[in-house]
Amino acid sequence: MTENLNGNLSHEGELAGLRLVPKSDTEYKMKDFKSDQEVRWCPGCGDYAILAAFQSFLPQLGVPRENIVMVSGIGCSSRFPYYLSTYGVHSIHGRAPAIATGLAASRPDLSVWVVTGDGDGLSIGGNHLIHALRRNVNINVLLFNNRIYGLTKGQYSPTSEAGKITKSSPVGSLDHPFNPVSLALGAEASFVARTVDSDRKHLTSVLRAAADHPGASFVEIYQNCPIFNDDAFEPLKDPAARDLRLLRMEHGEPLRLGPDRGVVSGEFGGLEVVDVDSVGEDRLIRHDAHREDPGYAFALSRLDYPAFEHVPIGVFRDVRRPTYDDLLNEQVEDARAERGDGELAALLASGDTWTVD
Amino acid sequence: MAKQIEQLDRVIIRFAGDSGDGMQLTGDRFTQETASFGNDLSTLPNFPAEIRAPAGTLPGVSSFQLHFADHDIMTPGDAPDVLVAMNPAALKANLGDLPRGATIIVNTDEFTKRSLAKVGYAVDPLTDGTLDAFKVSAVGLTSMTVAALADSDISKKDAQRAKNMFALGLLSWMYNRPTEGTTSFLKSKFASKPDILAANLTAFQAGWNFGETTEDFAVSYEIKPARLPAGTYRNITGNLATAYGLIAGSQQSGLPLFLGSYPITPASDILHELSRHKRFGVRTFQAEDEIAGVGAALGAAFGGSLGVTTTSGPGMVLKQEAVGLAVMTELPLVIIDVQRAGPSTGMPTKTEQTDLLMALFGRNGESPLPVVAPSSPADCFDAALEATRLAVKYRTPVVVLSDGYLANGSEPWRLPQVSELPVIEPGFATEPNGAGGEFLPYLRDEETLARPWAVPGTAGLEHRIGGIEKHSETGDISYTPDNHDLMVRTRQAKVDAIARDIPELEVSDPTGDAKVLVLGWGGTYGSITAGVRRVRRAGGRVAQAHLRHLNPFPANLGEVLRSYDRVVVPEINLGQLSLLLRGRFLVDVIGYNKVRGLPFKAEELADVLQEVVDRD
Repeated sequence: MTENLNGNLSHEGELAGLRLVPKSDTEYKMKDFKSDQEVRWCPGCGDYAILAAFQSFLPQLGVPRENIVMVSGIGCSSRFPYYLSTYGVHSIHGRAPAIATGLAASRPDLSVWVVTGDGDGLSIGGNHLIHALRRNVNINVLLFNNRIYGLTKGQYSPTSEAGKITKSSPVGSLDHPFNPVSLALGAEASFVARTVDSDRKHLTSVLRAAADHPGASFVEIYQNCPIFNDDAFEPLKDPAARDLRLLRMEHGEPLRLGPDRGVVSGEFGGLEVVDVDSVGEDRLIRHDAHREDPGYAFALSRLDYPAFEHVPIGVFRDVRRPTYDDLLNEQVEDARAERGDGELAALLASGDTWTVD
Repeated sequence: MAKQIEQLDRVIIRFAGDSGDGMQLTGDRFTQETASFGNDLSTLPNFPAEIRAPAGTLPGVSSFQLHFADHDIMTPGDAPDVLVAMNPAALKANLGDLPRGATIIVNTDEFTKRSLAKVGYAVDPLTDGTLDAFKVSAVGLTSMTVAALADSDISKKDAQRAKNMFALGLLSWMYNRPTEGTTSFLKSKFASKPDILAANLTAFQAGWNFGETTEDFAVSYEIKPARLPAGTYRNITGNLATAYGLIAGSQQSGLPLFLGSYPITPASDILHELSRHKRFGVRTFQAEDEIAGVGAALGAAFGGSLGVTTTSGPGMVLKQEAVGLAVMTELPLVIIDVQRAGPSTGMPTKTEQTDLLMALFGRNGESPLPVVAPSSPADCFDAALEATRLAVKYRTPVVVLSDGYLANGSEPWRLPQVSELPVIEPGFATEPNGAGGEFLPYLRDEETLARPWAVPGTAGLEHRIGGIEKHSETGDISYTPDNHDLMVRTRQAKVDAIARDIPELEVSDPTGDAKVLVLGWGGTYGSITAGVRRVRRAGGRVAQAHLRHLNPFPANLGEVLRSYDRVVVPEINLGQLSLLLRGRFLVDVIGYNKVRGLPFKAEELADVLQEVVDRD
């Protein structure tokens, strides 16, 4: 028995999100999930670290390789499926959540993963993303956020900071950015988490928590683009500053930021970062990822202002509600149980008929 | 008093009223009565896109036309013999379509000064001689309905609403229709509202009784059942037949049906119908938009379902990107496009045949796919089933081009024997197909050129597909020039080769020496056939053929076209098939094109054909 990051207790290899997926007899190793394709990201790309973490994580699922499907859209991150030896669809720009929805809803025996980016998932595919989250389809969405368009060579993205100078915004972009975690929470997501490409251990623990969640899970992964937006997350990578800025959320534990600071309730339902000494240890909020009301998780997601002062990572929210695919398949099973399987000849002859001799 | 019964061989009735007057329901019930009596029939509902347009206005008029006969008929009829007008707007909007001598039954209660003024009648047309050329029956439909329900507990407003049942009762008497179907329909529809049920039954009976007793209607009519081929029949609309055809495709292939769809006029009824049939393993997904509808269907197809999406023109435009992905990934997918008048929003409830070129060419790159078109409401069943067969056998998206007229129109359908429906073999890949024991997802079947369909969950066949050009065997990303050229040509060759798997074009030419051919496609079959019959009855020689397959064309199409001196191609567009025929076969066909949102009339096509025949 192990405790996951989201506070769920589970037996090794028995993840709640994989309830209907067959168990594997094979003891997989990381190499079993590497495809024979040459990886074609730029040198130094954060995607390499995520891929390696993911490949080494997949054996933990404990399901047959053939029951795992990777679905992606368009963009650098969306090349991901080619580098894994599972089933995969490298689809069209922004549509991966829709394609994955059809697949997951019709095949509950599959573990379906969507790999997307800030442009693919939040700009051209924003509509599909929010609807997949609210429906709670049993898919895992990994959104690699590098805050720039990489594959089209460096235009600002929906998560780029306002005023960003890029090829398409030579005097500064006018767009106010999305906070992907806030957006997912607003879209009624039942599981929302954030992690960073450079922290393999944390990344793996978040992936595991996502797989353990029945229904749609949304994971924002801060990912560095060394070519077009290098050091976008530098404030979080410098070892000295990192621990003062990263708020590592663990279910049931007090929310602490470095040795001196912590999170307490603020005015108007918000949260505040304060010196622990000034309020006392007891006032610190103990993180509760299972709160039904998304207000608390939303307040956590807003702590990241001004940018990178204090950045929560880990699981913001993990609540249970019926999944779309379960409900859909239940309706089919109920109809069959109540009235039997459909019979074609009877269907065609339903309604008023008459006979001509 | 025993009334006289007159025999007729056919009648065209049009019910017209406000869009809130229940004209579609009235027409539909009269149709069901007529179908169960055994007449051949064809219907044309015509209604505004607005759900409740302002009452009493011309744009708010909703109508339902029904043509029924004691013989085989092809169209809903050119001009009504009988118009039932529930208000001045309905009279004004439809009067121009009536031939001299037609019967008009008007609801006089609605002919008030205010209602008349609303549609620009300064003087009451019932009294100023406007209708002198017609046989007018002025009936107080509303007041008589209210009077019949005087003892009922329902409100006056509810009583007035039952006037359409009074009208239906009256017409049912006039044409000696069986009424049991309507009685049981009302009982089931209003099972939970006994007061409303009683009111509707009373109004229906009162309308019948009024016809039988009043001296205003001296004659009733009888139209004997039609002599149709032996079999069991039901009346069916195009959308219902499409839904049944898709379920049949699922049953005959053993593939669970997954429909991804977004509501759109006039295709929504297919979504509604399929959502009722979960017992057949049908999963319907009402998506957030048209793109997600087709995307989810394609995702389900990757997982081994029969993926289907349904839409109309504006939605078809949005789906094309994903359809292109289906072309590239070579997965089975059925796309139903119920065409409506465009461009843009156009006229949502009106018919058109303007999506042919979009279906064929509306995607980026060389993106071939098969296109099939039903020719009548009942034929939508066969077209949907044929689309499924082609999609599964050739691992390709297939577009079905229905239209608004077929979708909402209805006709008797002789039920097929399920045992005679084609069996569709999915033929999933289960074993590696490479020489070295590897799986090659683009290694093709030599005969069909179809690639293997390996679904997730199949061990050893894990593979990645997508929209990027693929190596011709391994499916790996490939940008090499020769590979792309080969793949573009192979995708085209696969679709072209389907010509070997579809019937040759049949030509009807009773005298065998016609010099003029009329060639149509899709929903115009009925009008063209009726036009051809008229020409032939007048002694004109004209051959007729109709295309079910728009891509690929039947193998003998070029030969057929070249066997005639002149080829006439009527289309409800500005010449889309004509463009294809000229480009493909260098035959200078004569287009006849109208885009009024309505089907062709038999008479206008007869005139056009006669004129071309007379050119000799």
